[in-house]
Parts: sequence; structure tokens; C-alpha cells
Amino acid sequence: MEKLIGEFSVGLFFWQTLLFVTLLFLLKKYAWKPILDAVNEREEGIKKALESAEQAKEEMANMNADNEKLLKEARAERDAMLKEAREIKSKLIGDAKDEAKVEADKLMTQAQAAIESEKKAAIAEIKEQVASLSLDIAEKVIKEALSKDDQQQKLVKNLLDDTTLN
Amino acid sequence: MQGKRLIHLLFGIAFLTASFSAYASDPKKGALTPQDRKTEVSAYVKHHNLDTHDFGLFSYTGADGAHHQIGFPLPVILWADGLHVFSSGALHHGESVVASGDKYFALDTHSYKIYETDASGVLNYDADHHVTNVAPLDFSITKSVFMIMLVSVMLFMIFMGLAKSYAKNQSLPSGVGRFFEPIVLYIRDDIAIPNIGPEKYQRYMPYLLTVFFFIWFLNLFGLTPLGINVTGNIAITTALAVITFLITNFTGTKDYWKHIFDPLGHAMPWVAKLPIYIILVPIEVLGIFIKPFSLLIRLYANMQAGHIVLGSLIGLIYVFQNWLGGTLAFGLSFAISLIELLVALLQAYIFTMLSALYFGFASETHDHAVEHDGEVQHL
Amino acid sequence: MTIPTIVGAGLVVIGVGIGIGQIGGKAMEAIARQPEAYGKIQTAMLIAAALVEGIGFAAIFAA
Repeated sequence: MEKLIGEFSVGLFFWQTLLFVTLLFLLKKYAWKPILDAVNEREEGIKKALESAEQAKEEMANMNADNEKLLKEARAERDAMLKEAREIKSKLIGDAKDEAKVEADKLMTQAQAAIESEKKAAIAEIKEQVASLSLDIAEKVIKEALSKDDQQQKLVKNLLDDTTLN
Repeated sequence: MQGKRLIHLLFGIAFLTASFSAYASDPKKGALTPQDRKTEVSAYVKHHNLDTHDFGLFSYTGADGAHHQIGFPLPVILWADGLHVFSSGALHHGESVVASGDKYFALDTHSYKIYETDASGVLNYDADHHVTNVAPLDFSITKSVFMIMLVSVMLFMIFMGLAKSYAKNQSLPSGVGRFFEPIVLYIRDDIAIPNIGPEKYQRYMPYLLTVFFFIWFLNLFGLTPLGINVTGNIAITTALAVITFLITNFTGTKDYWKHIFDPLGHAMPWVAKLPIYIILVPIEVLGIFIKPFSLLIRLYANMQAGHIVLGSLIGLIYVFQNWLGGTLAFGLSFAISLIELLVALLQAYIFTMLSALYFGFASETHDHAVEHDGEVQHL
Repeated sequence: MTIPTIVGAGLVVIGVGIGIGQIGGKAMEAIARQPEAYGKIQTAMLIAAALVEGIGFAAIFAA
């Protein structure tokens, strides 16, 4: 300890303090501040660049997602449209079928009615013709049969037999 | 570019020759006994670690037996009832008395300090070989001061260059800056921010960076064979520790002082705290001073010890005077040199690290109740 | 410097040596267990070693 104090030089202490403090302020002003500022700036720049890259990446991902979404939507829309078209088609076909059926039914009914009426008319005509024919035949037969007196007498007698007086 | 390289080469050669010549012994010395050689080496190591008034590069004993020292003198600035300025060359390494104004000064070759004497230059010693003459206030530009100036200029040039290279080179370092920039960033990211915190570290950065490079450079210069031992000087480390001490306490927050004078806070009523504080507060107050004291002692002792060990091991080569001992001592001193290279960096790191730690304590502003659990008294 | 003070300082230095050895050894164990915490462990180790070392120097200079 004593040796240490003996070795202590006030002059050296003075010079060291003076020179060191001067060096400290000079370096602070002309070296450390610019160096640290430059390094900070550089680091800040790198950080910013990384951040913007990250941001760009994110944006890209967002855009991709958007695209995907749009594509999906478009696909869904297309599907919907196709489905609708298919529905319309089937509906149209069904409608047409129904309509045709109704028309056909109507036609059939009409035809049937026409046929029926024709048939009735034909039958009526046939009946008429048969009647007139029968009348003719009957006329002729009667004419033949009643050409003689005895036959006429016999008939009158038969008729009178049949016609009981009640 | 060519000129720069030439300068490097010259410096390299100068260092090499200096390292060889510094310990080169004269053939005549073969007549010395090993005991003589030991005392000579011991004196040499001691001399090497002391601050001197001239910058000695190397010395040798000429064919005529005279001791020659090669180097250059530095200005001596003394205050003894007036300013006395003269070149240290006039002292002739303690052989001459210098008359300046109405005073006479002589160098004590034992402690390398200048004392006031009479015209004949007689130094009086007491029983412990201490000089009893009056010592003037010595503000000389000694070897250490010269080295501090040199290192300051070096640091200023290097880091100003680095700062300028950013402007020129789109925020990228160039040249030596490529080597120093990672160190600057290391101090910021691994010393300042973890110890002080990301909000407040910026105001301490200039000091931490300056003190780190200052100590590191001076430590490295201490490993050159020029006998520079700046960081192994108690006055230097004291000055550095005093600055750390002042910064710590002048930037201390309310919490820092509360921690010292009222560490328990609202945990207890004041009646209960009083007997504890009678013991605790003096310890805490003592801690304020012990922290920088341990800083200055650690740096001084490490560097001084390194110099003594290295010097002694190199000296051993000359003490042994045989191939086996010489080789062993050489290998050992080489290994220790490598360790000292690491220590030079490590001590700069430790000083910076602990300074940052103390600044961290001083600038802390967080909840006391939480922070107190893992408390360690750092000395 | 008297013999007892030198011996005392020597004892302290032995203690400090053991202490720093322990710190270094434990730090290595910790690093082996958690290599990713290398930086933090190293910092803590150096600080602890520096603190112990301080005691050793105090003893040497007191002697």
C-alpha cells in the first residue's frame, strides 16, 4: 500500500485526466457519434428493408388469397349458373311435356267425341235405313200376301182372334 | 501506399532491433557473477516498469565500458515556487544537476523522480532509501504522458477515419474500420445494452468505447519492448477509475441513491429499519468507493504483474547463460507473451464491462421490490 | 514485508486461485450443458472471476 502511494504521480494523474477527457470529448464528437449514427442508420435501413420485404410477402399472400377467393367465387357462380340453366332446361322440358300431354289429351278427347258423334250419327242413319228397308220389305211382303182374298180373310180372322175383347 | 508500407516496415524493424538490443549483453559482462546478473536484471525490470522523463528505446554498454542509452529526451515541467521547464536531456540520466531559475534539480536514479537539490546535486536518503529532498510538483511530459498522447492521436485518427469511411462508402466501413467496427458493435450490443439497458445505454457509449480502446491500445503498447508501462501505473488507473466513479455518481438516478440510503424501502417501518441501516448504509456507501477502487487496483496489478513476469522471464535468459536454461526461459517467456496478449484485451474488456455494470446500477429505474431478490453486492 | 504477511498473502492467493478455478470449471460445465447460453455464461464468469481476483490483489498489496 505504502509503495503504491509512493508510486502515485500527481503530474501523471493530471495529464492522464486532462488528455483522456479531451480524447473522450474529441472522439465523442468526431468519431463515436458519427459511427454509432451510421451503424444505427444502417441497421435501421436493414430492418426497414426486411420489414418491407415481409410486408410485400404478406401483401403477395393476401393477393393470392384474394385471387383464390375470386376464383372460388367465380367457380361458385359458374356452378350456380350451370345449375340454374340445367334446372330451367329440365323445367322447360317438363313444361313442354306437360303441355303436349294436355294438348294430346284434349285432341284425343275431341277425337273420341267426334268419333262418338259420328258413330251415333252412323248408327242413327243405319237405323233409319234399316227401318225404311224393313218398311219396304214389309210393304212388299204384305203386298204379296194380301193379294188374295182368302189370305186377307185369314189374317183378319187371326187378328180378330188375337184381339180379345176385354 | 508504397510510403505507408515502408513506414510499417521501418517500424517493424525498429521494434525488432529494439527488442534484441534492449537485453543484448556485452561479451565483457561474461565476467559478471550470476548474482550480479540477477541484481542487474531485477534493476532493469524495475526500471522498465517505472515512468521516466526520457523516451529510452534501448541501451548498451560500449567497448569502453560506458553505458549508452539510445532514445530521445522529453520536456520536464516542474512547479516549485514558479514554473521550471527544461529538456530531460539536461539531466543526463541522473548524472547532471540542472539549474533552472534559482533552483537546482537532480534525478534520483532509484525512483526516477526529480528532486530539488543544492548546486552540487546532493540527494539525501533516509534509512529506507527514500529521498528526503523536497520534491517539486512534476507535470513533465514523461514517457507515459508521451505514450498517452501518441495513443490518443492514434485512436483519434483510426476512429475518425472509420467515421469518415461511412460517409464515403454508403454506411460501410473500409480499411482498418472493418476490423474495429465489429468491436465497437460488440461493446454496444454485448457490454452496454445488456448491462445498462436499451433506453439509457447511449449516453454512456462514448465513455465505454473510449476507455476500452484506450486501455487496450496502451496494454498492447506495453507488450512492445519499449518499456512502456502506462496502464500498469497507479496514477493512470486511478484517473480512469475516478472518471468511472464520477460518471456513475453524477448520472445516478433517484432509485440508485435510494438503493444506497434506503435499500429496504417500504418493506419495514422505520423503527425496524434503523438498527439495520446503522450497519447497512455504511457498507453501501463504502461500496460506492470500493467499486472504482477495485477497478483501478485490478488493472494496475494485472498489467504490472504481467510486465514483471515477462521482464523476469526474459531476464532469466541472461541469468542462465546456457543453452538449456535459455531455451526454456525463451519458451516460457514466449508463452507468457501470448497470455499477456490475451490479458491486454481481457483487462480492457473487464474494465469496460464493470464500468458498464456500475453505470447500469446508477441508471436503473425499476421496481425495487422485484429487483431486490437476486441482489448481489458487486465489489 | 515480514514473513507472516507474505505467508498470509500467499494463503489468500491460494484461495483466490481455487475460487477462480471453481468459477472457470463451473462455467465450462454450464456451457457444456447449455452451449447456446455461451455468451451470457462467459460474461458472468468473467465478472465473477474479476471480483474474486480483486480480493487477491487487495491481499497482495496489503502485504
